[in-house]
Amino acid sequence: MTLTVLKSTSQGSWEKRILKSLNSMCTELSIPLARKRPVGEQKELLNKWNEMGTDEPDLSLFRPVYAPKDFLEVLINLRNPNYENGDSLSFRTHLGLIQVPLKVKDIPELKEFFVELGLTTGQLGIDDSTQVPPELFENEHVRIGQKVLAEQDSAAAQQYIRQGSPTALRAELWALILNISSQPEDILYYEQLKTNVIQHDLLVDSLIYKDVKLTASNDDYYFVFEDYLYQVLLCFSRDTSVLGHFAYNSASPPKSYIRGKLGLEEYAVFYPPNGVIPFHGFSMYVAPLCFLYHEPSKLYQIFREMYVRFFFRLHSISSHPSGIVSLCLLFETLLQTYLPQLFYHLREIGAQPLRISFKWMVRAFSGYLATDQLLLLWDRILGYNSLEILAVLAAAVFAFRAVNLMEVTSLAAAEAVLADLSTLKVMPLLQIFLFATVT
Amino acid sequence: MDEHVRISHFRNHYELTRKNYMVKNLKRFRKQLEREEGKLEAAKCDFFPKTFEMPCEYHLFVEEFRKNPGITWIMKPVARSQGKGIFLFRRLKDIMDWRKGTAGKKLTSSEAQPARSAVNPPGGHDARSSDDQKDEIPVENYVAQRYIENPYLVGGRKFDLRVYVLVMSYIPLRAWLYRDGFARFSNTRFTLSSIDDQYVHLTNVAVQKTSPDYHPKKGCKWMIQRFRQYLASKHGPEAVETLFSDMDNIFIRSLQSVQKVIISDKHCFELYGYDILIDQDLKPWLLEVNASPSLTASSQEDYELKTCLLEDTLHVVDMEARLTGREKRVGGFDLMWNDGPVSREEGAPDLSGMGNFVTNTHLGCVNDRKKQLRQLFRSLQSQKKASS
Repeated sequence: MTLTVLKSTSQGSWEKRILKSLNSMCTELSIPLARKRPVGEQKELLNKWNEMGTDEPDLSLFRPVYAPKDFLEVLINLRNPNYENGDSLSFRTHLGLIQVPLKVKDIPELKEFFVELGLTTGQLGIDDSTQVPPELFENEHVRIGQKVLAEQDSAAAQQYIRQGSPTALRAELWALILNISSQPEDILYYEQLKTNVIQHDLLVDSLIYKDVKLTASNDDYYFVFEDYLYQVLLCFSRDTSVLGHFAYNSASPPKSYIRGKLGLEEYAVFYPPNGVIPFHGFSMYVAPLCFLYHEPSKLYQIFREMYVRFFFRLHSISSHPSGIVSLCLLFETLLQTYLPQLFYHLREIGAQPLRISFKWMVRAFSGYLATDQLLLLWDRILGYNSLEILAVLAAAVFAFRAVNLMEVTSLAAAEAVLADLSTLKVMPLLQIFLFATVT
Repeated sequence: MDEHVRISHFRNHYELTRKNYMVKNLKRFRKQLEREEGKLEAAKCDFFPKTFEMPCEYHLFVEEFRKNPGITWIMKPVARSQGKGIFLFRRLKDIMDWRKGTAGKKLTSSEAQPARSAVNPPGGHDARSSDDQKDEIPVENYVAQRYIENPYLVGGRKFDLRVYVLVMSYIPLRAWLYRDGFARFSNTRFTLSSIDDQYVHLTNVAVQKTSPDYHPKKGCKWMIQRFRQYLASKHGPEAVETLFSDMDNIFIRSLQSVQKVIISDKHCFELYGYDILIDQDLKPWLLEVNASPSLTASSQEDYELKTCLLEDTLHVVDMEARLTGREKRVGGFDLMWNDGPVSREEGAPDLSGMGNFVTNTHLGCVNDRKKQLRQLFRSLQSQKKASS
């Protein structure tokens, strides 16, 4: 299964759909994709830069370009035209929604990959709980973390963070692993983006506004950071350096043409300038980071790096093991192989598990888990440089609530059982699923 | 009164909960501490912004006002709650009208109702004795307080903390601190340039509810655990420990300052809601103490906090006489003061001011109350069986 095949068949038509949706919204509302702001408006925006959340523009006519469930429908319809059914016996019996035979790890391979999450290794998220005396693990772990930071060793930090990061060290550790150090040129770059925002208004800005108002602002914890989200996301959409990630992404950035020059390549521009069209829930990638970083340009850099390393894979089609397609397949395979009764039961009642877990994975669980648990999870994403842990966690959640799920008789009831993940502790769940379940 | 009867208020709690009395008691206590233990000990009482009672201390206030030109002051009615009747000012002429007896020209629209309002919000009532009715006309008692101009901000927003303290007796002083609490955020962004915008400066949920930006679903509250984590990731655990132990100091000292004036009665207990403001130097300030903290819930999480709070209060009050009286923790309550500081160490004697002493308070920490209650009652049961 190669990148090019996926690219030509489905990513292409998906992109066309998104672009069409964006263009039609543009026409319907008679709003240009981009326009220069009059000077008065520029001044006003500059004054309000730190409190854009107080603005209440009329966003009723804007709709998100797409939501995760639309994207899921596309993934479900993925087929490899070269694939012959005779090849893999095991795949023929795959009962999930994903019908693309990518290679995914099984539990023995996952145990090896995530060896530091094993039962005999200390973990933050488990071995720092109130009943465990800190001398057993926590104190030493904090000391090692401080040493790693003192030596500014990025590779060591990545290894270290597999066991979780102490709260006080997390911001610096993540910056070290992502190679972010706030140099004057970085701050200048951010200021330039900010100037861009002040001078030009993009249609996409309204979509960002709407998304923040609908998701992060309504969240019990992230509402406080509303202003930061605008400051990050508006600049992000204008950052052409983000285009660089398309080199290793099967997607291609949407293009727009200057009025009257449709089809003429020399008049094509990327729209939005960073090539990323936000979807419903996009702002939730940024919200948890506001907990750690308070200086806008640093927050921005961290988010951008997280995006081009990890998050983009969650909403573009590719064959990468951390791509959303592989994650979906990994999730379904784990469930079907190790919880066959549950999987079969849910399928029978019309509640395909992926329909419920998809939104968790696309958002990397942001907004579903309690913040401290989410940060422990993202520690491991950084540590293992992989998003596979999202699929494993999703399966572990189903395993945890299996007893209740076996009793439900409809998709709605299954959704209800899995509606509230805010009380879950991710590390024990992962450990039990990978290392303590008899397979 | 029968032995078993319990009353959830102390007769003259207003010594602590009415702002003018509290200030008086605190000032007096501070003087006493300075005499007996020196300036350093007395300085530990400096958690209350400079306050002057009006109108009797008006001239003292003017003196202080002239010494510090340009700072902002806040005028608060002594006996009202939910943010009613409060306004900010910077110029003396703003309060001239008030002084002449027109009871403040900047009353909010919610004040248009008669003072003895039948519209008592459910769950929270004004702590007024029958004496207060006299004060309504002509000039109500107010306090002028120095406004804290550099509050700690999260996401550009001002907030205050609501913490719950349960006092089982004043003589001797026995007080419990609840682990849960919350930070109440102002809906709008903090700026000193908009003094008239009471929505910015007042963080009471009651006031926020009338702000045009208010969305009931949001509730604008953070559980104190979340706030503690946020601070720890920003300033490190030591700074957070210092802040929280400074808050412990506020609770104890404020209670000590009224210890001798409160009419002690073994039937009485009281659950106080403390309002604390934190400034940018991570110094906590006491805004006020409420004897009838609001028990209405603004969200599911809030509902759970308040029902558990009530349940645990009743556990500590112990009408069923299940407890031995030597417990240091009951559900979400930790015994903070038992006629002396209570140490965190299991089984260690209660020391004071000694080397490794760590107070038995866990504000903003994990509240595994259900588990603790189970263990507690199980062990109490087995103790009873063993002794019978």
